[in-house]
Amino acid sequence: MLIKKPDPIKASEITPEPIYRNRRLFMQGLAGSAALALSGGAAAIPAYDLDADAPRYPGPDWLQSKLRAGARNEALSTAEKPAPYVNVITHNNFYEFGTGKQDPSRKAQNFKTDPWSVEIAGEVDKPGTYALEDLLQPHGIEERIYRLRCVEAWSMVIPWMGFPLGDLLKRFGPTSRAKYVAFTTLLDPEQMPGQGGFFSTLDWPYVEGLRMDEAMHPLTLLAVGLYGNALPPQNGAPFRLVVPWKYGFKSIKSIVRIELTESMPVTTWNQTAPNEYGFYANVNPEVDHPRWSQATERRLPSSLFSPNIIDTKPFNGYGDQVASLYSGMDLRKWF
Amino acid sequence: MVLTPERLRRLALWWLVFLLPLLPLAWLVERALAMDLGADPAQAIVQFTGIWTLRLLFVTLAVTPLRLMFRWAWLQRYRRMFGLYTLFYAVVHLLAFATFILGWRPDLLLRELSERPYIIVGTLALLLLIPLGVTSTRGMQRRLGPKWAKLHRLVYLIALLAMLHFIWQIRSSFQEQLIYGLILAWLLGFRLWKRRRRSRGARRQTA
Repeated sequence: MLIKKPDPIKASEITPEPIYRNRRLFMQGLAGSAALALSGGAAAIPAYDLDADAPRYPGPDWLQSKLRAGARNEALSTAEKPAPYVNVITHNNFYEFGTGKQDPSRKAQNFKTDPWSVEIAGEVDKPGTYALEDLLQPHGIEERIYRLRCVEAWSMVIPWMGFPLGDLLKRFGPTSRAKYVAFTTLLDPEQMPGQGGFFSTLDWPYVEGLRMDEAMHPLTLLAVGLYGNALPPQNGAPFRLVVPWKYGFKSIKSIVRIELTESMPVTTWNQTAPNEYGFYANVNPEVDHPRWSQATERRLPSSLFSPNIIDTKPFNGYGDQVASLYSGMDLRKWF
Repeated sequence: MVLTPERLRRLALWWLVFLLPLLPLAWLVERALAMDLGADPAQAIVQFTGIWTLRLLFVTLAVTPLRLMFRWAWLQRYRRMFGLYTLFYAVVHLLAFATFILGWRPDLLLRELSERPYIIVGTLALLLLIPLGVTSTRGMQRRLGPKWAKLHRLVYLIALLAMLHFIWQIRSSFQEQLIYGLILAWLLGFRLWKRRRRSRGARRQTA
């Protein structure tokens, strides 16, 4: 299911064991479930009931077979109800296309996301620039339904399509000096009107980073799709990060460069307001943003008379899987 | 009562000024009923009513400079209406925040009102607006005499608090806040300039 063609790297080497086991469990579950026995056998993602008049994003031809072959990773997916498709593609923080929530869906429609190339740089054995198609070639895609918690105290449940970042990094042979991973978004003010703004306090291009163990964690996803389709441009097409236990701004969009570094990389929001946005940015109800509380969140979509206020969980509810990464750290200091 | 052309004109103008500030609210209600406010209608409503509160406050503050600059004496008559609409939008803004964002949860209300500086200054601005609204009638104006003008000078403090409430919410782009800040600087600066000229003129007379 993961790798169809013979590949120099074995699946057992690139896939962390827990995931590998999860997948087996899932396949066993699949075999036993008549309800999931769909035509073609491989397509285990239910046909989503997408809003009829909302635009679809099929993505490039080379992505089609991958998207169709993707199955849901039930073990790593939440059972919560995903936000309606139309909300996921029209409520975006993607300041490269404007600061309004609906700006990206209005202004990113002509954003060119194919062909796309990504540079792998820094402390790796095999640096280089790759066409996205070639970069993704050995990786199978699966669906993961994750909670996304924005630092602005709203949240959504989103069915992503992607694969673990760790699988990709391993292929390029991180050296012993690789302690962090730094990511860069495309810089293209012609296509991204927000980057040309005179009044923004952000420096472009947008940069983000993870510690190596965070990057290798099986929950850390490189997404190429959502709701069974390719990523819409406003959601960070063609290729973005999804780190579900951190505030949404860590999940950098439209990545063109991945660099493994020895020292902690600069990150955009932290550089702009270091007292408000930390490097780690783990979801933490105990540590407020200086201007607002993080103890609760509004789960979107909300209707007017039920604001859908829920308590925010440490690590966005992924504490069982990731809290050990930070054992011994003062999370108030390293917010 | 005979409807002279002059009275008819005045009546039409009154209705125009009365209905115009209701248009934004009507538009908002229409969009909300059509479920056309996006994934986060609560935020959309709160932001919309907030920015219109500030706009109407600026319109109110613009009455005096415009009247003096263009000799529009007739404008003075509508200042109270603009002021009351400012209060009206501010109340809707706060109620929308408490209802749609906080769901009237007492713990959240207490937390927001005690811990969030931008909420505190915004609430304070609204609280200060209330006595101005209450004393806006002609009867109160007469009863308070010279104290009335003094009391209503609170509007300058209210404008500064409202501006601070707005500035405190900047995430990255400060374009809007800069534009509104410049307008407010002009509205207040005009008054300072007028006052200085007046006092200088008075000094010259006494000399």
